[in-house]
Amino acid sequence: MINTLLEENHMQENSILRAKYAAKNLDVYYADKQALFGINLDIMENQVTSLIGPSGCGKSTLLRCLNRMNDVIDICSVKGSIRLDGQDIYDDGIDVVELRARVGMVFQKPNPFPKSIYDNVAYGPKIHGMIDQKSDADEIVETSLKKAGLWQEVKDRLAAPGTGLSGGQQQRLCIARAIAVNPEVILMDEPCSALDPIATAIIEQLIDELKQKFTIVIVTHSMQQAARVSQKTAFFHLGSLVEFGDTDQIFTNPQNQQTQDYITGRYG
Amino acid sequence: MPYTTTISIFVSLCLLVTAYFWGVKRAIATKRSQTALSTQVKFHSLPGFHGAYVAIWCAIPSLVLFVAWQTLRPNFLPQWLAQDMAGLVLLISAGILGLFFAQKRIASRFKARHKVETAFSLVMLLSSLVAVFTTFGVVVSLVFETMRFFSKVSVSEFLFGLHWSPQIALRADQVASSGSFGAVSIFAGTLLITAIAMLIAVPIGLFSAIYMSEYATPKFRTWAKPLLEILAGIPTVVYGFFAALTIAPFMRNWGFELGLEISSESAMAAGLVMGVMIIPFVSSLSDDVINAVPQTLRDGSAALGATKSETIRLVLLPAALPGIVSSVLLATSRAIGETMIVVMAAGLAANLTANPFQAVTTVTVQILTLLVGDQEFDSPKTLAAFALGFVLFLLTLGLNILALKIVNKYREKYD
Amino acid sequence: MIDKMSRHTKKRYQAERRFKIYGLLAIMFALGFLGLMLSTIALRAIPAFTQTYIQLTVEFSAKILDVDNKRDVKQIARADFQKIIREALYAEFPAANKRQDKKHLKKLVSSEAGYHLSRDLLAAETTDLNFIGTSAAIWVKSSDDVDSFIKDFISREVDEINRRLNDQQIGWIDSLIADGKLETRFNWDFFKFADSRSPEDAGIRGAVMGSLFTLAITLMLSFPLGVFAAIYLEEYAKPGRITDFIGVNINNLAAIPSIVFGLLGLALFLNIFGMSRSSPLVGGLVLSLMTLPTVIITTRAALKSVPPSIREAALGIGASKMQTILHHVLPLAMPGALTGAIIGMARALGETAPLLMIGMVAFIADIPTNINDPATVLPVQIYIWADSPERAFESKMSAAILVLLFFLIVMNGLAVLLRRKYERRW
Ligand SMILES: Nc1ncnc2c1ncn2[C@@H]1O[C@H](COP(=O)(O)OP(=O)(O)OP(=O)(O)O)[C@@H](O)[C@H]1O
Ligand SMILES: [Mg+2]
Repeated sequence: MINTLLEENHMQENSILRAKYAAKNLDVYYADKQALFGINLDIMENQVTSLIGPSGCGKSTLLRCLNRMNDVIDICSVKGSIRLDGQDIYDDGIDVVELRARVGMVFQKPNPFPKSIYDNVAYGPKIHGMIDQKSDADEIVETSLKKAGLWQEVKDRLAAPGTGLSGGQQQRLCIARAIAVNPEVILMDEPCSALDPIATAIIEQLIDELKQKFTIVIVTHSMQQAARVSQKTAFFHLGSLVEFGDTDQIFTNPQNQQTQDYITGRYG
Repeated sequence: MPYTTTISIFVSLCLLVTAYFWGVKRAIATKRSQTALSTQVKFHSLPGFHGAYVAIWCAIPSLVLFVAWQTLRPNFLPQWLAQDMAGLVLLISAGILGLFFAQKRIASRFKARHKVETAFSLVMLLSSLVAVFTTFGVVVSLVFETMRFFSKVSVSEFLFGLHWSPQIALRADQVASSGSFGAVSIFAGTLLITAIAMLIAVPIGLFSAIYMSEYATPKFRTWAKPLLEILAGIPTVVYGFFAALTIAPFMRNWGFELGLEISSESAMAAGLVMGVMIIPFVSSLSDDVINAVPQTLRDGSAALGATKSETIRLVLLPAALPGIVSSVLLATSRAIGETMIVVMAAGLAANLTANPFQAVTTVTVQILTLLVGDQEFDSPKTLAAFALGFVLFLLTLGLNILALKIVNKYREKYD
Repeated sequence: MIDKMSRHTKKRYQAERRFKIYGLLAIMFALGFLGLMLSTIALRAIPAFTQTYIQLTVEFSAKILDVDNKRDVKQIARADFQKIIREALYAEFPAANKRQDKKHLKKLVSSEAGYHLSRDLLAAETTDLNFIGTSAAIWVKSSDDVDSFIKDFISREVDEINRRLNDQQIGWIDSLIADGKLETRFNWDFFKFADSRSPEDAGIRGAVMGSLFTLAITLMLSFPLGVFAAIYLEEYAKPGRITDFIGVNINNLAAIPSIVFGLLGLALFLNIFGMSRSSPLVGGLVLSLMTLPTVIITTRAALKSVPPSIREAALGIGASKMQTILHHVLPLAMPGALTGAIIGMARALGETAPLLMIGMVAFIADIPTNINDPATVLPVQIYIWADSPERAFESKMSAAILVLLFFLIVMNGLAVLLRRKYERRW
């Protein structure tokens, strides 16, 4: 009830902004166990939306619904709808490959392929047929690495294996890899949890820059991070969306007692 | 003669059991008499340990003596000592001597348990050394006989000679008794058949592994995987039979229709069947290494919008390459050492040809044909088999070590 | 852009489908081959399980059997029973009175028929010899040519010159069939006899017994040695260079081609120790060296999977190291070790090449009774028959393969059961 009210509020407030994603009555099950309960959520274009909540509340689950990475898990089933630009991504006609080309993802643990830095970035464009000649690839690799803020550090060793970079560099490589496909949305699942504060700061800054071009959804356990990088914040608890609104509002004036407790660190 | 072995085994067992119970009884008796005298004395070890101690003392001398006697018997012992009865008498008397020596030492403070524990650990150690001795024995016997072979035939003739006809060496007094031992055509034949086998086994094994690990439903997997493994469990003589009596005639008829000259024993028939036999060797190890590639890489690739096959071709296979290479090396070593299929289906003639439809011969076939039947241990013909065996040994060992090295390196990477 | 993308995607999906199909085809090929091979062998084996018999009215004439009329069993046992059968055949077809005809006629029955007849009649020393002078209708084995004809391996359509039975012989067979004097029965002898030069008399009992003796030796040696070695490596040895060296050694041993073990057996057991050729003892020794690595490796794995807490518990209540191992660790690891031993035995049972080299390839018509008798084993028997020219041996060896596979299935099934039953997740 509260959810829908809040949602309508936002619709009015942000009428200039377009909703990129719209989740309606989303239920997700792992086998018989329900992990998400009736989620209704709009994600605005060119904004950073952060998902927060205690461990196991279903943040990753929701995130993985957004590019259908849950399809990889056999026992996972989804009910309800998620619309991307008005189209339900769980429709039969939707092609996951094309969907994922539009919706990139960055994982909690950096997972560069055991290939060269160059090949890591060029991989996506190559499989999507975005490369006709070598110079295309060079260009994409360079601009992507630049956007990811990694170019200066690796431009002399593009042929070195991506697994040889530091953790923070690896994560930026994964971001570069994701944006090389030129997606519309980037999903990030605790992208900084394996990184030190400096690397984290670099990535946060990067997120800020990236939101000019991409819609970003980020899962994080750090309240400060959510406050710093996001415009919208959604708080989840036990698989339900408890509160969703402008980040400022959530952090300064939460409507819900549970949210209040969580952000002030009383549990979770 | 035939029953002596059985009798000796039986007698030794009886002796051992007697020794054990003798020891137990003595220990109990000693304990009783001593506790009767004073309650202070504590018996160090349980009676069972004393029994075991006596049994060990009974077993070891007779075993040592028996092995020495067996070893020396054919060449070094006088006639009367080399008889079966003499061996039996030696065995029993050594055992009884040991028994009497040991049972005398039973006393309250005697640490039988320590002795038994030490003996036990020694037995374990010796057992584990058997494997080492076996390897050692293989190497020594091969090297020794090979050296003898090379004192009769030059190394360069063996390795580079084109002509192979060992059968000439019928009688030692003949002038041309040495035959000719140019093994190139044998090596070439081995290579040809192995190549055919690998051409079949690698793609099929690899694709099977990929399907099993990435596409198959769990249900399909639980059925198909053991079925596939059966291929590796079927005795090779069965494959040989199938190759020689079904595949080869089929291929000959088929070639006849097409106007091809296919001999009834051909490298193709043997290689094909061997390839099928090798499939599980490639597929199961490849399956393991593909499975070992972390899931995060699959997710990373899928999140970029790669199809499954793209992920497999561009991410998983390159990542699993070292493991796959080593599985292929192991399978190759299997193929090279395989005997029965080639003996039954590939032929004996040492043809130097690259035509897979002709009969060729292999190292293993030659070893077998040189040694089955009459054996005269000094003839170059017999010794040649050992030289070939040595080549085979080095080759398979090398492949195996290389494969293990690669796979270990790979393990380090993901552990 | 979008259009180009989806056309490209379409192609990618086609590639995806093709790739998946290749995978499925690969598995289907392998399994298809397996199915084809096994069904071919099974089909070919069927004729070996039946044998054609001919009914003859034989006259046990004293003139042939007991020439000097002493009624001495030993004497009679040496008499020419085959002649009695021949005479019965001639009596059955009185029209065949030329030398040539008689020669063809006697080829209808097995050349071993007389031998078996005498064995059946004179089984015990105290047989009563009243049958002499009487006559009786008995069934004797047909020759393997007749058998093949009945099983449709020899066709009437073929020209007489290229046929192993001539028209006259076929005529006789037809008349026997018409009189109900020709019958096909289950071939129990295949399981009762050892090898023979005549296919209708060849059986696998000798090879099965040889395999049994050989495997018994293999098991008795490799199981304790393997388990002890594994105990040493897992429980006693300190991790380090020497232990690694032994471990590597064992792995390499497992990769040595079996034929090299044959060479070792030849050089060591036959040449240096002078043991007897063709004996299950030597065969078992060679195979146990071959099986040892399998047993060691599986037992080590089983010992490794016993959690340290069990050892600590036992040591904690004051058990010695040996007691800990023998009372607590080994019993828990036993199913694993047994599984390894069975798998090793199954491999040893199918092994051929090394046994050929130590002479187990000889033609042996007697069933071995102990480990020093010359013997052969099942796979070698198959190989020997594969080398024989007679057509009838082909079905014999297919049947022998079935028997071999039967034993293998039983053994592997046992291993699977053991594993299932005792598999424990700590
Ligand atoms: N693959 C899976 N199989 C079964 N259950 C799963 C699976 N993945 C997640 N779950 C369950 O779904 C629920 C939500 O998990 P999810 O990973 O979405 O939580 P999260 O909010 O991301 O937690 P964290 O902050 O620890 O990452 C949990 O109860 C979890 O146990
Ligand atoms: Mg999570």
